[in-house]
Amino acid sequence: MRAIGIILAGGKRNTLGVLTKQRNLAAMPVGGSYRAIDFALSNLSNSEIKKVAIIAQYSARSLADHISSSKWWDFGRKKTGLFLFTPNMSSQEGFGFKGTADCIFQNIEFLKKSNEPYVVITSGEQVYRMDYEKVIKYHEKKGADITIVCKDMNSYNVEDYGVIGLDYDNKMIEFEEKPLNPQYTTVSLGIYVISRELLIKLLEELEADGRYSIVNDIIIRYRKKLKIYGYMFEGYWRSIRDINEFYRLNMDFLTPEVRKLFFKTYPYISTKAKDEPPAKFNSQVHATNSIISGGDIINGKIENSVLFRKVFVGEGTIVKDSIIMEGVTIGKGCVIENAILDKQVFVSDGQRVVGTKDKIILLEKRNIV
Amino acid sequence: MNKEEMLAMLLAGGQGSRLGILTKQIAKPAVMFGGKYRIIDFPLSNCINSGIDTVGVLTQYEPLLLTKHIGIGIPWDLDRKTGGVTILPPFLKKGNEGSWYSGTANAIYHNIRYIDEQNPEYILILSGDHVYKMDYSAMLEEHKKNQSDATIAVIEVPLEMANQFGIMNTNEAGRIIEFEEKPASPKSNLASMGIYIFTWEVLKEALIKDNAIHSDSDFGKHIIPDMINTGKDVYAYHFNDYWRDIGTIEAYWKANMELTDTVPIFNLYDEFSKIYTNIEHQLPQYMGKKALLHQALISEGCEIYGQVYNSVLGPRVIIEEGATVHHSIIMADTVIKKNAHLEKCIISEKSQIGENTQIGVGENIVHITKPYIYSSGITVIGDNTIIPDNITIGKNCEIGGHTLPEHYPNGKLESGHSLII
Repeated sequence: MRAIGIILAGGKRNTLGVLTKQRNLAAMPVGGSYRAIDFALSNLSNSEIKKVAIIAQYSARSLADHISSSKWWDFGRKKTGLFLFTPNMSSQEGFGFKGTADCIFQNIEFLKKSNEPYVVITSGEQVYRMDYEKVIKYHEKKGADITIVCKDMNSYNVEDYGVIGLDYDNKMIEFEEKPLNPQYTTVSLGIYVISRELLIKLLEELEADGRYSIVNDIIIRYRKKLKIYGYMFEGYWRSIRDINEFYRLNMDFLTPEVRKLFFKTYPYISTKAKDEPPAKFNSQVHATNSIISGGDIINGKIENSVLFRKVFVGEGTIVKDSIIMEGVTIGKGCVIENAILDKQVFVSDGQRVVGTKDKIILLEKRNIV
Repeated sequence: MNKEEMLAMLLAGGQGSRLGILTKQIAKPAVMFGGKYRIIDFPLSNCINSGIDTVGVLTQYEPLLLTKHIGIGIPWDLDRKTGGVTILPPFLKKGNEGSWYSGTANAIYHNIRYIDEQNPEYILILSGDHVYKMDYSAMLEEHKKNQSDATIAVIEVPLEMANQFGIMNTNEAGRIIEFEEKPASPKSNLASMGIYIFTWEVLKEALIKDNAIHSDSDFGKHIIPDMINTGKDVYAYHFNDYWRDIGTIEAYWKANMELTDTVPIFNLYDEFSKIYTNIEHQLPQYMGKKALLHQALISEGCEIYGQVYNSVLGPRVIIEEGATVHHSIIMADTVIKKNAHLEKCIISEKSQIGENTQIGVGENIVHITKPYIYSSGITVIGDNTIIPDNITIGKNCEIGGHTLPEHYPNGKLESGHSLII
């Protein structure tokens, strides 16, 4: 055991509308069977990091439900395990975490009580596959104080990211958070490797100074003082930052490359066991280029869509280019197109829920149409 | 000392020889059913859904897959600090004594020490051969109400089929006055389901007594008739829901086909008595651009690019483009290659059917050497079997192993033949 893991599941984004009204970002449904946090949890477990803290600020219920047993990711060992930390009532001032560094500081005991040399920090809303052991080896080879996992986004608009400038040796020379005029195309993925003792020291210094953010108060402020290196990640990576990204992330699972990466590459991505029966198809169902999940009962036509578990689709209904979450019931003769139907939405017979490619329609959890 | 009210003992050592090549390397309770399940999932899930959390599973025939499937019981929530699931294989005793389990009651007799350690008031005997959902706690209530020594679950079967079962003749109070094993002229249609509750003290005494007489001590043949004859209180417990004995190829195939009905009589979809199984990798299914499905059950991780009609597919089955599957059962990790055509067949786990190969064509001739196994027109392919491209296979065939084109004269296997490599 060379490292402990910290998953930050704290942020709140209003860009996801009603999807995150009562749901933690890390609990967002992905690819038919998964929640976003399954990817971070599986990556950590698969990298032999078996002691993991999840720090959540908002809507932790949805998350606590999902991780109520740690056995699905193989964390339930005598000396390790999965820990969920939420804001503590006994905090000296106010309620809640004041930032990414503060939320770890408030749980600094977790760091102090451990004896693993390194800490891997990641966030719960990212979908990717990574062997952190490789990042730790790189960190050691470079003799780095902090290693930031980075990705070259090429022509993608990086204004909403932490943009990072690296020298020939991948040493960080510049970091700008959400720059108006980005000078580089490489961004920080918010995945860090740092020695546990250095992290404790930095957090204590920050707190004494009344500073609370990893990016502003550690990465940017210490950029000249510490040896910060970038680790270039080339694989698939997507972060659920708005409805569009969420929609595209799920649609990515219809491509063979993404399915191969997450479904067929060992070690596998694990999720909570749900024990749904096999999906059932009734009369003459055309289901093309779609993901179907356990417990679904399909009577209509499905095209280019992702269906989560326990979805019922009535006869004569067409579901196209849509994401249908767990427990949704769609009646007979409906048309669902370019839409996201949140959990347990009920669409009665003959209804049309039609959006466009540019404006995806979003139906809130338990909505009745 | 910890006291369990009721302990379940699940007899899972049977070979199930009438299932032919399906049980070649797999104990019958480990044979897949209903897509993602194995037969043993039904009694195990019934146990936990009935509040029974201590289960002994008696294994003997080909236990590898079964033991691995059960593990420490996590999928059924049977990983417990006290109780939980325990695998009980036959064992040697000091001085190299001991033996294989030679009968159903003999197997329980050999595990008296395990049962006494759990210290139960009652004991539930189950077998891993049947598909059903049942609340055993309701049966226990009736056992207690009747102050029975033994309670036997019974189901009404058509009278003309009653000669295939153990038949109970009861009086008005439901007390069993006569038990006949496979009677030529049955007096009633109440068939034993092979599910018994005994008061442990009574059973223990009966086991010890009978084992001194019969070396192959059996519940149906010895223990229960003897209890009735010696005036013990033996009652019938009436069950009138879905229950299937899937001991033959045809019964196994039919029970799977029933699940593909638009509204199947066996409901796997209700939330309150779920059936649990061990599935390590929880994947969704992918339907390719030309997928067409009609009355089909498709399990986790399947990829369908062809057409599937009236069929049941286990986890991670791949149906390639142009392949058509009719009235068939395909178990986990099997691949059906391009343009293959399957009609009324059962393909076991981890197998591969070659391109353009056709299975289930031609005349319906019963199997030449095993007519008692293969006679219903169903061709059965064993696990880890490979069938090459461009082969034509008839009905009532049996194939197992890595077969090569030269094993098929003229690219054919005629109806009613075997090919085992």
